[in-house]
Amino acid sequence: MSRRWGMVVDLDRCTGCEACVVACRAENNVPTVGETEAARGRAIHWIRIERYWEGEFPNARIRFVPVLCQHCEAAPCEPVCPTYASYHTADGLNAQVYNRCIGTRYCANACPYTVRFFNFFHPVWEKPLHLQLNPEVSVREVGVMEKCTFCVQRIKAAELQAKAEARELRDGDVQPACAQACPADALLFGDLNDPDSRVAQLARSPRGSKLLEEVGTQPKITYLARLSWSGDGEDR
Amino acid sequence: MEKTASRINDDLLRPVLETSPRFYLAVVLVGLVAALGFVAWGYQIWNGIGVAGISRPVFWGFYITNFVFWIGISHAGTLISAILRLANAGWRRPVTRCAEAITVFALMIGAMFPLIHLGRPWLAFWLFPYPNERGLWPNFRSPLLWDFFAINTYLLGSFLFLLLPMLPDFALVRDRARGWRQRVYGWLALGWEGTPRQWHRLETAMHIMAVLIIPVAVSVHSIVSFDFAMSPVPMWHSTIFAPYFVAGAIFSGLAALILAMALLRKLLHLEEYLRTEHFSNLGKLLLVMSLLWFYFIFAERLTVWYGNDPAEMAVFRATQSGPYAPLFWVMVFCNFLLPVPLLTIPRLRTIASTVVAALGVVVGMWLERFLIIVPALAHKFLPYSWGTYAPTWVEITITVATFAGMVLLYMLFAKLVPVISVWEWKVGRHPLAEQRAEISPAVAKTVAPEGSA
Repeated sequence: MSRRWGMVVDLDRCTGCEACVVACRAENNVPTVGETEAARGRAIHWIRIERYWEGEFPNARIRFVPVLCQHCEAAPCEPVCPTYASYHTADGLNAQVYNRCIGTRYCANACPYTVRFFNFFHPVWEKPLHLQLNPEVSVREVGVMEKCTFCVQRIKAAELQAKAEARELRDGDVQPACAQACPADALLFGDLNDPDSRVAQLARSPRGSKLLEEVGTQPKITYLARLSWSGDGEDR
Repeated sequence: MEKTASRINDDLLRPVLETSPRFYLAVVLVGLVAALGFVAWGYQIWNGIGVAGISRPVFWGFYITNFVFWIGISHAGTLISAILRLANAGWRRPVTRCAEAITVFALMIGAMFPLIHLGRPWLAFWLFPYPNERGLWPNFRSPLLWDFFAINTYLLGSFLFLLLPMLPDFALVRDRARGWRQRVYGWLALGWEGTPRQWHRLETAMHIMAVLIIPVAVSVHSIVSFDFAMSPVPMWHSTIFAPYFVAGAIFSGLAALILAMALLRKLLHLEEYLRTEHFSNLGKLLLVMSLLWFYFIFAERLTVWYGNDPAEMAVFRATQSGPYAPLFWVMVFCNFLLPVPLLTIPRLRTIASTVVAALGVVVGMWLERFLIIVPALAHKFLPYSWGTYAPTWVEITITVATFAGMVLLYMLFAKLVPVISVWEWKVGRHPLAEQRAEISPAVAKTVAPEGSA
């Protein structure tokens, strides 16, 4: 049976520490655009922690929502791309083929989650930062869209490893950098087509919901609602 | 006061046969501004698209605004020529060629913007469906591909539509000019002799083109609207967009035509040919389109407001009362509050006031395109990723340069081609033309090129 990679984000566990953000940057050669460009809204973060404040001080609370590409089943970014750079793989990944991208940025407009990022200039890693580049991940050039890949390089490596050992891929063999780095285990990755996988079990949780499900994108990330909050503003 | 055929020839061919030094000076000045646009574009290609003001989440800005605006302007020619030709409205005769030329030039300029806005413009040919060894085709599901076909079809069709009725006039210039002009126009006239057979074929071809070009024009701006309407972006994802865009396109196209005609009238001394009645009739059409535009935007806004969808309301508030409100209300003024009284009250509907109204509409319609694109992108579903947009000098330079480019192309056109169709003007003056749409050999004889006479 084909795989359908998906994720569960437990909002009850997320502390907003942003370890996932750092890990993602290191793993995927995400370029740093610099202070001025970041101030213009051109910073690139394949995963981000959205912070929403609720209530007034001293009863203010903060809500952390990790947002990354939802790898939608019906992804609005895919049909609009004139060159097939935004592409649905057989195992359900919403892939970005950097070499095919000519930079119409149509996909980024169509994406309801605003999780697609554009290289406005040629990215640079000043020496010796270039030594930290991950050789498993291609570096994107100017004018190209990029986004979360669910660490496709790790998926492929794990599949090859399993093949070499003549066995099936086991649940937990693949961990994207963000999930691996999360100290609170708020991010969980796996095959949604395997009903016994942890991610598939958690995705069926009554706490589960999808981000902007009403847009009709059929996202493959399930958010588990935060239960430690009551309605009266007190943490339990 | 009946004007003789030779007097008409003199009036209408003079710009083609005589050139003043002032013309060359104007061409150089306007050409320099247009060239600055290419300098800015080169700067952008060299340094990266980041020198433009676009950012996340406003990935489309001035360039796509200009794209939609210029494609809209191109709808001048179709409405005036094709519809009025088919309706056999006599007053259209001195207007058609001005209008058709706007169509062709505006399309040429508009079609540049999808290339200018690309992140990697050197790979633009990947948008074209061409056979290649990798077996890769472009994605035919993408509205950008639909754009590619629609705009190319429209450009080809409107070019033919412009070219066909120029043949008799090219022959006319050929027969009057000497030297290199005679050779060039002789070649351009494609062997036009003015025989009844040729007239008949021309008339048939014009009829076919007029019928074909209308659905093409409607489809083009519908498809431009689909670029937006097909995406789940708040206030883009709307069924009203296709007719709304087509109406807006005709609206702005008419305004551009009025401006072009006013300039031609002044600069080429065509006061006797482009008369008050032409501006008055076009002003009435502009009024109809202004009312239609208001109806569309009212229907769109009321539906959004009453529906009260949170994501759409964020965009609605940003344009209605938020940071984009000044632009929005300037747009309403330019597109509705200014032209409607000027064009409704007969006493106010002079050439000057029609030109003022048209100027307002051109500004207002540019703002409309901007206000459709930018506020929606800046306020998508997740407030955490809301953003703003401000153009840089690169985008502003390229925008200004395209207007200069339009003026330049139009100046050269009016210099190389009689900008008022000489033979159609003469046909319109012939008593038989009032009764019969097609040209009989009798009429053909009177309007045929004069040869050596």
